[in-house]
Amino acid sequence: MTLTLDLKHMPDRIGAGLRRTALSAAVLAAATMAAAPLSAETLTAVKHSALRVLDPILTTAYMSRNHGYMIFDTLFALDESMTPQPQMVDSWTVSDDGLTYRFTLRDGLKFHDGSPVTGDDVAASIARWGERDGMGQVLMDFVESMGQDGDNVFVMNMKEPYGLVIDSLAKPSSNVPFIMPKRLAETPSTEPIPEQIGSGPFTWVADEFQPGVKAVYAKFEDYVPRDEEPSWSAGGKVVKVDRVEWVVMPDDQTTLNAIMAGEIDYWESPPSDLLPILEASGDLEVRNLNALGYQTIIRPNTLNAPMDDPRIRKAAIASIYQKDVLDAMIGNPDLYSLCGAMFVCGTPLATDVGSETLTEGNGQDLARQLLEEAGYDGTPIVMMHPTDVGTLRTQPVVVAQAMRDVGFEVDLQAMDWQSLVGRRASQAPVDEGGWHMFATNWVGADVFNPLVNNMVNGKGPDGGWFGWPDVPELEELRMAYATSGSLEEQQEIAAKIQEVAYDEGVYAPIGQYFVPSAWSSDLDGVLDGPAPFFWNISKN
Amino acid sequence: MFGYIVQRILAAVPVMGFVALFVFLMLRLTPGDPAAIIAGDTATPEQLQRIREALGLNDPLHIQFITWIGNLLQGDFGTSVLSGKPVIELIAARMEPTISLALTTIILSVLIAVPLGVIAAWKHGTLIDRFVMLISVLGFSVPVFVIGYLMISLFSMQLNWFPVQGFRPIGDGLGQFLHRIALPTFTLTLLYIALIARITRTSMLEILGDDYIRTARAKGLPERLVLMRHALRNCSVPIITVIGIGFALIISGVVVTESVFNLPGLGRLTVDAVLARDYPVIQAVILLASLVYVVVNLLIDIAYVLLDPRIRYT
Repeated sequence: MTLTLDLKHMPDRIGAGLRRTALSAAVLAAATMAAAPLSAETLTAVKHSALRVLDPILTTAYMSRNHGYMIFDTLFALDESMTPQPQMVDSWTVSDDGLTYRFTLRDGLKFHDGSPVTGDDVAASIARWGERDGMGQVLMDFVESMGQDGDNVFVMNMKEPYGLVIDSLAKPSSNVPFIMPKRLAETPSTEPIPEQIGSGPFTWVADEFQPGVKAVYAKFEDYVPRDEEPSWSAGGKVVKVDRVEWVVMPDDQTTLNAIMAGEIDYWESPPSDLLPILEASGDLEVRNLNALGYQTIIRPNTLNAPMDDPRIRKAAIASIYQKDVLDAMIGNPDLYSLCGAMFVCGTPLATDVGSETLTEGNGQDLARQLLEEAGYDGTPIVMMHPTDVGTLRTQPVVVAQAMRDVGFEVDLQAMDWQSLVGRRASQAPVDEGGWHMFATNWVGADVFNPLVNNMVNGKGPDGGWFGWPDVPELEELRMAYATSGSLEEQQEIAAKIQEVAYDEGVYAPIGQYFVPSAWSSDLDGVLDGPAPFFWNISKN
Repeated sequence: MFGYIVQRILAAVPVMGFVALFVFLMLRLTPGDPAAIIAGDTATPEQLQRIREALGLNDPLHIQFITWIGNLLQGDFGTSVLSGKPVIELIAARMEPTISLALTTIILSVLIAVPLGVIAAWKHGTLIDRFVMLISVLGFSVPVFVIGYLMISLFSMQLNWFPVQGFRPIGDGLGQFLHRIALPTFTLTLLYIALIARITRTSMLEILGDDYIRTARAKGLPERLVLMRHALRNCSVPIITVIGIGFALIISGVVVTESVFNLPGLGRLTVDAVLARDYPVIQAVILLASLVYVVVNLLIDIAYVLLDPRIRYT
């Protein structure tokens, strides 16, 4: 409080009144300061959303994944070159026939309840993750058995050689194969784990958790970090603050004011229109931490006419120009890139096969031709339009207009996101609550290879992702990718998958965009990564 | 009087029962699926089905309703389907910010607005009256979030007198508590001053022309006594009504104010629960809001009797 008044030279009555007021203010300020906790070792962060579900295996919500990175650890982790590096694992061997993996855990690993991490804990955790996660499910298809051999050795026996074992265990985004105590990992994968006990660098402060308000983590004093420098989620997870508090602020303007006033230290995803204000402040750093960014996509429902005709789906995709979408959605060209790569630009699998119309904006004639060939009869395309999510409300509008421009009738139906989430699960016809198209966004790390990218799943209504394209060729190619032996082979298969996916019109990336984070210049050591990490950060 | 209160409390039971049924049915008819929200984007239909089963969402509606009401009657409000926390704990954690804001706002508003309204009526047609009406119109017209941002800009960002956001329980110290609650209180107070001052002025104007006021003045009573004892007390019924309803409105959630100042109150809990389709939480907070309205209305009716001897309930 910096109120200073020259009371001595005031007229008596006014001076006396003001003196009383100033005295009261001083008492108030003193009381405030006396009660304020010492915050030098507490890092306060505003995240992109509220943490609600605490089980990062039960849900794919990014907040739950981020929570998982705080309190759990992983066997392997990706570094910034997207190469898997050992994390909990000290060393590992693969038998000559490629059927037996032996992972020796690092010495000194223990859970927050003091118990040591064992091979049995790892086996149970991987099994539960393998029930929920797409890449985990593929891995489990190849696993014969898992278990421990001695307390700190985890053994995985395969039915046949599988080239992506380590890549799977290093999966960086939802669902991440976090390791938890066996007693928690034995919880059915459709029910939340009852406790938050991990072996990660932070412990969970359960007493202070208020869903929708605050989540608190404390440094785990017994955590033994690796010696290597941190790189993405790999390397040494050295915690340099005592506590991390994630606070929820529902209003962006309030968050802006709070970070500029020094009341919070870190803002994960400020909206792009506020970035110039943050950048102009000398006390803040603003930088994109996630090089892969986000992929925004449009997804047709292959079950409902006329979208059951690949030509209609391709016509819709051909009508879209990514620049129009991104200009409307993001605005600042520095924060987006035109990218037709289904496996994200900037990754080893990136290719522009089949994406020319999206990035060049020259597909309108092709779209009209395809509509004519398919005999489109003017059936309105029901596009779900979530109006309550800032990063999702623009794309449907722009895409709907692009489609109308080439001859589609589009019924843009406004709803909130949760209504969309419920409705998109419906495989019913449109007049019974079904749908034709919707847009969503993915973190780059969630779509950067054919196994994690759900949209190129071709299993159809039984096992496919919303939209349910039934394309057996895609499944054959994904399985070929899973068993491929070299990066060149993987790139070749990924390109073929993308070609088939575009040809079938299973989905369209409609741009890649980046969301910089902002933090106080008092913070050092903020790490890049596919998710926000809070180790290695010190606060001055 | 006692019989009347008992009668009103008994009458509240079917009201609450109807609200419970209405809320339950409305939520089930609203699109959205808590299981889909929990499971996230990559869940398969089979996984969704298993989560629905685990949450009891696959049970017939009447079974779900009976289970919920049965638990409710035993004091069990259920658990949040998302966080797994008991609903009663979630609500209890949000009560203090909301009640604090309601009390500070109503107390400050009454202290300022009632005298302003009385003075405006007393000085009817003068510059003072017009000034009070100007304040009233501004209080009504300017959206709360604009007032909030202006307050933050001036008192937090420019003068650095108050924090931008947040709440501290009174248990952390009175200073901390007042320091944090001050700006949201001032913000809401402007609106309530507008409302209460206007009602006070209008009610006073109606009464100041009455014969008994003229008589009181003719007896030579000081103007202060005429205004406060004879006039204000006789027009207190509509003022009390507005204050009571205003209090209930804040308790049931002032989402915008809570959001602008990042107060973890009941309003935000309600909105978050609705957006996440957290059925047990929504049901409980709406029931609670209904209960608050019932109780506040009862208290208002009791206050009528205490303030106006002409009113009798049988």
